[in-house]
Amino acid sequence: MTVESTAARKPRRSSKRTSAAKTPAKTPEGSEPQLVQLLTPEGERVEHPDFEIDLSADELRGLYRDMVLTRRFDAEATALQRQGELGLWASLLGQEAAQIGSGRALRDDDYVFPTYREHGVAWCRGVDPTNLLGMFRGVNHGGWDPNTNNFHLYTIVIGSQTLHATGYAMGVAKDGADSAVIAYFGDGASSQGDVAEAFTFSAVYNAPVVFFCQNNQWAISEPTEKQTRVPLYQRAQGFGFPGVRVDGNDVLACLAVTKSALERARRGEGPTLVEAFTYRMGAHTTSDDPTKYRADEERASWEAKDPILRLRTYLEKQDLADAAYFTALEEESETLGKRVREAVRAMPDPDRLAIFDHAYADGNPLVDEERAQFAAYQASFAEEGN
Amino acid sequence: MAAEKMSIAKALNESLRKALETDPKVLIMGEDVGKLGGVFRITDGLQKDFGEDRVIDTPLAESGIVGTAIGLALRGYRPIVEIQFDGFVFPAYDQIVTQLAKMHARALGKIKMPVVIRIPYGGGIGAVEHHSESPEALFAHVAGLKVVSPSNASDAYWMMQQAVQSDDPIIFFEPKRRYWDKGELDTESIPGPLHKAAVAREGSDLTLVAYGPMVKVCLEAAAAAQEEGKSIEVLDLRSMSPIDFDAVQTSVEKTRRLVVVHEAPVFYGSGAEIAARITERCFYHLEAPVLRVGGYHAPYPPARLEDEYLPGLDRVLDAVDRSLAY
Ligand SMILES: Cc1ncc(C[n+]2csc(CCOP(=O)(O)OP(=O)(O)O)c2C)c(N)n1
Repeated sequence: MTVESTAARKPRRSSKRTSAAKTPAKTPEGSEPQLVQLLTPEGERVEHPDFEIDLSADELRGLYRDMVLTRRFDAEATALQRQGELGLWASLLGQEAAQIGSGRALRDDDYVFPTYREHGVAWCRGVDPTNLLGMFRGVNHGGWDPNTNNFHLYTIVIGSQTLHATGYAMGVAKDGADSAVIAYFGDGASSQGDVAEAFTFSAVYNAPVVFFCQNNQWAISEPTEKQTRVPLYQRAQGFGFPGVRVDGNDVLACLAVTKSALERARRGEGPTLVEAFTYRMGAHTTSDDPTKYRADEERASWEAKDPILRLRTYLEKQDLADAAYFTALEEESETLGKRVREAVRAMPDPDRLAIFDHAYADGNPLVDEERAQFAAYQASFAEEGN
Repeated sequence: MAAEKMSIAKALNESLRKALETDPKVLIMGEDVGKLGGVFRITDGLQKDFGEDRVIDTPLAESGIVGTAIGLALRGYRPIVEIQFDGFVFPAYDQIVTQLAKMHARALGKIKMPVVIRIPYGGGIGAVEHHSESPEALFAHVAGLKVVSPSNASDAYWMMQQAVQSDDPIIFFEPKRRYWDKGELDTESIPGPLHKAAVAREGSDLTLVAYGPMVKVCLEAAAAAQEEGKSIEVLDLRSMSPIDFDAVQTSVEKTRRLVVVHEAPVFYGSGAEIAARITERCFYHLEAPVLRVGGYHAPYPPARLEDEYLPGLDRVLDAVDRSLAY
């Protein structure tokens, strides 16, 4: 695997950003960041010497379907938040290729440690999308059994899960298994001490873990420049393992690069950092107002690189999918949207006593006492009411 | 200047602005505090007016934020750092507890740590995990730190002024669900010291002690109790470390009954400290054991259950009744 060390990087924002003198020295103008790319924004297949991929028409359509349905699910969740059915939603709009590409590179026995935006990866793992909505509706803090699909719970505290992934991977290696582990995190998260510590541990113990950083250019209002002065994938080098920057809007490249990193881990060669260079098209979450900090033109420029559009163009150009296919998929999307909508509306509020459920695995007399008091207190209202 | 009505959020913003204007050594640091003005807009417009050198968007690293604030303080600056939400202070907890709190004592008083750590805290806004917690007892337990929380716009303004001027590190808990509550603010008349409790409502039958977000609940409870002919005094603690025990004692000697209310879990909470000290100081005055109303020994629940978890009017009045029944 190559470790690009001199990738030139184009400053993304115009010079009107203030105190330019104090922001990092920019690499030469005009050169695109060096990305592994297999499918151009125009939908042309290109080759990369280190990352080959050969997919059947079925597999290509499968990736397309995954992205379309994930986007539809995400749009439905955003709408449900607007309708007051969800308290919050973190949209993945624009990041479908990074998530589906990497998600489809995984084997069933691999283990995933997501952050809070990995709805597409969850989809690839077979987690029912309606299960993702419980925590955003406020009825639970998780909503699925991580061991059913080897997909851990969402983690809100930034970067924490990279250490869990590393420890899990250390366990995999101790067990002599040949599965791999993948940890997702954002460009902002790369600044956390936990992430640096995960890099250190994984390198020192040669843990079979892939760090998949979705650089969507923003950490709420802060651009990547506020987190790092070097392209993120180059960080890996200092820790002693390879880093690759992949076009995060190219599902084929994301698939190929992640596969290669996972295989490397399986072979016992240790961690890899994959930086998927992509873009968060929407707000950080439904509580965020991106107009406060970024220009509309920026989103427009990334729309031209839309991950779904480019695969569609390719499928159409290559005659790999006909109009009937796209119509059927459209219908399938609507059915999914409807199912999600109905499931969320039907989601009951938890029982009040659930506050005390699972505080401890072995039980705890204090919790039992408080639970009993709480129950008696609640019951007193029912009596009064009668 | 005449008193003006403004929200707690606006009062904090005005106070931070004043601090930046008054002392060139004051800095504001944190995630998203610049262009966005913070996720709650408490620092709105400050970077525009004071520049990126004074209002600093930091990398997304809480240990880094507090650790570098310590270094800046060592160099003579007065950093005010923002931790975005209560649950995200823990990556910085090590720096706060092992370094910030102890630096002055370790240096035999030769160095000062004028760092303010602002933390929007508490529940009631329907947020996801880690966005609704009340970790004040964890900080109050640590010697070297001062822990405060305003409950109204005037205190928000003035307590921030006092915190910035203090040479000790201050954990400044902002009751996030009260950010939009409006109150009178007079920016001219300087109030009493930071650690002094305030009588928020006078009464003679029982004392409710609260701070931050629970003061409003207690005032509402007192008003409701009034209709039943009960006269409740409400004491706004303002400072959880140190605690103005003299003020609590004075009130309890008058009313002879005490109920402490906070959102944080009751177990090992600040109510335990108050109950113990007041029992010691006022043993012969008390007509009833000191009661506590607060959170449970369970993780802060998902949003749809938080109304059950948070002390509301009913739970406070229930405790009032129990106390009066002794
Ligand atoms: C320790 C911690 N600090 C702050 C936050 C608040 N917060 C939530 S998401 C976020 C930005 C994360 O950006 P990035 O890592 O780039 O991921 P993205 O959301 O862009 O996918 C922040 C500051 C948090 N969740 N955890």
